[in-house]
Amino acid sequence: MEAIKNFINACAVPSRMFPVIVLLFFFVFPVNSFFEKYNKLFFLDRLWTKKGGIFLFSTLTMFLSIGMLDENFRHTVSKPDNLPIVGLIYASLFFLWVALSQARENDLRLEKNEKPKEWHDSQEKILVWPDLVSIELIAMLFALGFLFTWGILVDAPLEEPANLATSPNPAKAPWYFLALQEMLVYFDPALAGVIFPTLIVVGLMAIPYIDNNHKATGYYTFKERKLAITIFLFGWIILWLFMMVIGTILRGPNWNFYGPFEYWDPHKVEALTNINLSEYLYVIGLNMGLPGNIFIREAPGIFLISLYFIGGGFLLTKTVFKNLFKSLGPLRYSFFLVLLLFATSLPIKMTLRWLFNLKYIVSIPEFFFNI
Amino acid sequence: MSKEKVTRRVFVSWIFLGWTLFLACLGGLGTMLLRYLFPNVLFEPSQSFKAGYPENYAVGEVSLLWKSKHGVWIVRTAEGLYALSAVCTHLGCTPNWLSGEKKFKCPCHGSGFRFSGINFEGPAPRPLERFKILLGDDGQILVDKTKKFQQEKGEWNDPASFLAI
Ligand code: FES
Repeated sequence: MEAIKNFINACAVPSRMFPVIVLLFFFVFPVNSFFEKYNKLFFLDRLWTKKGGIFLFSTLTMFLSIGMLDENFRHTVSKPDNLPIVGLIYASLFFLWVALSQARENDLRLEKNEKPKEWHDSQEKILVWPDLVSIELIAMLFALGFLFTWGILVDAPLEEPANLATSPNPAKAPWYFLALQEMLVYFDPALAGVIFPTLIVVGLMAIPYIDNNHKATGYYTFKERKLAITIFLFGWIILWLFMMVIGTILRGPNWNFYGPFEYWDPHKVEALTNINLSEYLYVIGLNMGLPGNIFIREAPGIFLISLYFIGGGFLLTKTVFKNLFKSLGPLRYSFFLVLLLFATSLPIKMTLRWLFNLKYIVSIPEFFFNI
Repeated sequence: MSKEKVTRRVFVSWIFLGWTLFLACLGGLGTMLLRYLFPNVLFEPSQSFKAGYPENYAVGEVSLLWKSKHGVWIVRTAEGLYALSAVCTHLGCTPNWLSGEKKFKCPCHGSGFRFSGINFEGPAPRPLERFKILLGDDGQILVDKTKKFQQEKGEWNDPASFLAI
């Protein structure tokens, strides 16, 4: 048991877990025929059958309940703050399964040139009032009852009066902000606190204007909207839910990483010393001091960033997104590309931090400008 | 009832009066709101404080005495003293001094600062700020928080940021 726990703890280090999860993601949600082949080969498409659902549910439950035997795991998971996260893992898994199992069924039908299942829905008209509204009312009452029960059974974790001079250790944002807080570990506050959240909201609002694929209107499918669904789920599962879970369960005192079964030792020492790209280049690479001129100092970083946005964008357009460019048209496509490049910059920066202890690519603290 | 006739001239002057009153109220409300931002009395500890005698500080140690009231760490090195601001330069949490590891560590996103206040881990983009520190006439240390010194601007070379002993 101890060995298994230690193994899981060792795997949970983000620099190991993150690449695995990302890779797994693409096999589970195959965006092209290459991944699709392996998806079939490893029976990953079966996850969205009834049996697959039962498998997912019972694996998760088993992991949680066996994990609960461990004191440290129990401590983090059963904290009143963290209960929503456990609920969230179950709920998002459930809804993912519901959507994708229907999509899978329809995809199989479409392959056989049949109409999707929703096609056979009854054509009878139903009124919003009272048919829909009454159902909503009932759902609302249930939700209210649930929240009341929860509020009565589990006490809100109140702490001592706030004091400017002491931040709780670890100081955690409310659970729904934990992904943002996790993002702040890798970025300057202006970027992770203002620009990225704005882009997330703007990007979500822009989806209906960018997406002009009219297939799959009114029915679930994966195969007809591979790219759209994969991009959305990547943002949702990896960049939002996964980071939230990291922030809740794996971040302990001093915002250090702790494995799920690891004791939250406030004196855990981790070598995290990180340095800027300019220091890498000038001090370590060229063995000289940092240039006094800010722009010469940061030129390599600025160059890399522009290379990423211009060169990377160009490359993507010429290769994988060739058809997309044609179907979206230049304006929509450029919005799409910019949003996508911003979104992928997040995991890239995280990986750079883990692999090379890179603090900032462009770092101009003189003007509060750091990327 | 006879239908009153409202001439254009009368109508315009009523509208004018109405708008004037409305804008005046709005202006008054705005002024009051602005006024509200500047309270009559501020229950804040004063921006400068006396921090006792230099002999009270042991060499190589970070004093936590003034942290909760003034948000300042006073650090004593072999050469002298400096006053570090206890505000993380990332997003403004209050870091903790970990005496075992000899570093300031922020509980919010894990920034770490050395004894000197230089940032070396986590996301903090610049070192902790230092405050003006001097010796008062009575031989006590005086810390003035209205004047701060930022390392990245080269201000730590300023003699006022360091109290040589
Ligand atoms: S506020 Fe200190 S690390 Fe973010």
